[in-house]
Amino acid sequence: MCLAIPALIKSIEDKEAEAEIGGITRRISLWLTPEAEVGDYVLVHTGYAINVLDQEEAEETLRLLEEIAALGGEEG
Amino acid sequence: MKFITEFRRSDLAEGLISQIHHRSKTPARFMEFCGGHTVTIFRYGIRQILPATIEMVSGPGCPICVTANADLDKAIALAQIPEVIIATFGDMLKVPGSHTSLQELKADGADVRMVYSTLDALKIAEENPTRSVVFLGIGFETTAPTIAASILQAEDQRIKNYHVLSLHKLCPPVIRAILDSGEVKLHGLICPGHVSAIIGSHPWEFIARDYGIPCVVSGFEPLDILQCVDMLVAQVEMGRSEVEIAYRRGVRPEGNEEALRLMYRVFEPCPAAWRGIGEVPDSGLKIRKEYQHLDAEFAFDVDPGRPYEPQGCLCGDILRGVKTPLDCRLFGNACTPQYPVGPCMVSSEGTCAAYYNYGEGR
Ligand code: SF4
Repeated sequence: MCLAIPALIKSIEDKEAEAEIGGITRRISLWLTPEAEVGDYVLVHTGYAINVLDQEEAEETLRLLEEIAALGGEEG
Repeated sequence: MKFITEFRRSDLAEGLISQIHHRSKTPARFMEFCGGHTVTIFRYGIRQILPATIEMVSGPGCPICVTANADLDKAIALAQIPEVIIATFGDMLKVPGSHTSLQELKADGADVRMVYSTLDALKIAEENPTRSVVFLGIGFETTAPTIAASILQAEDQRIKNYHVLSLHKLCPPVIRAILDSGEVKLHGLICPGHVSAIIGSHPWEFIARDYGIPCVVSGFEPLDILQCVDMLVAQVEMGRSEVEIAYRRGVRPEGNEEALRLMYRVFEPCPAAWRGIGEVPDSGLKIRKEYQHLDAEFAFDVDPGRPYEPQGCLCGDILRGVKTPLDCRLFGNACTPQYPVGPCMVSSEGTCAAYYNYGEGR
């Protein structure tokens, strides 16, 4: 029930935004994430953005996982 | 970066799987608290690809499953008031209460509407000024702030016929209750990612500190779970117990402070009854006095009668992680997603539904 899906913010009007979720545009509420900006990815749960996703952290995580894959389980 | 497909890459999964196999020496039992994690684990067959040293158990992290029958019966009784429109998330419809379900009432003419968001429920209230809309406030810390926002919005827009039945539950207190019972021995906890997006990682610290159990906050893609398991294994092998975040793109240690502020402006902690676990102090949220006029508990006086549990259903034990659906005699014959006996088979994130839908034990 805590499902939340990444969505890209296209435009903001007051406390609402148009966001693209899997190719579909939907209106979402920004009540819980007033800091969200156009171009941000947010996690959307029941019509509300509950957090702004951190692009740098996502890239950092993937970099780490690539390192692990390159080691092929030899390290640990 | 789309934040989805990147975290399903099979080459990266293979790297993690081989690292886990390489690292894991000590037998360990990990609990995934959240039903969303249970679904990812089953959908991607993660239990089968982990080494024999690791046992996974599912926890109580499905808000619908843990709602006590007495509370379900209250919601069902509200639906029987002619002026009331019940607005609810879809999964609630089929959950059997002591005597009937919302779906059966709806078939008999009760006005029960499935909504995707509290925003839809507010709209229904605006469009039906002579009726009362009762939104069933079911959910964890992920959902409670959205429902708090709807109450503040109703205030702002002077929508007087919108009410919330607050059956919210808080996660850290129930984990404490489960650990204190001593029924299930855990060596690691996969902490719920979207609950933590709101509350942050600090509220899990007592588990690492007081119970010596490693905690890692995980996201919901298969790589997230594998990374989380790898981090738990690392802690187990090094004899550490700390709180770590694997889901760094979605969770900050301090959480979402604005969401928490709104949540606690509208709600305050209260004791709550959990199915199979009983009453847990400070594990629920009730609407503060200031907003009492929007509280369905105060606006309507209903008598749901005495709750009664379905015979033979083991949901309570399954939610505590002490039994699995395979221990239930009704599983897969008398109880299926089409004809569910207990809530763990109704909710798509219930453990019984996960076992059934992904072919475990069939
Ligand atoms: S299989 Fe059905 S009856 Fe058995 S524990 Fe699960 S929900 Fe309850």
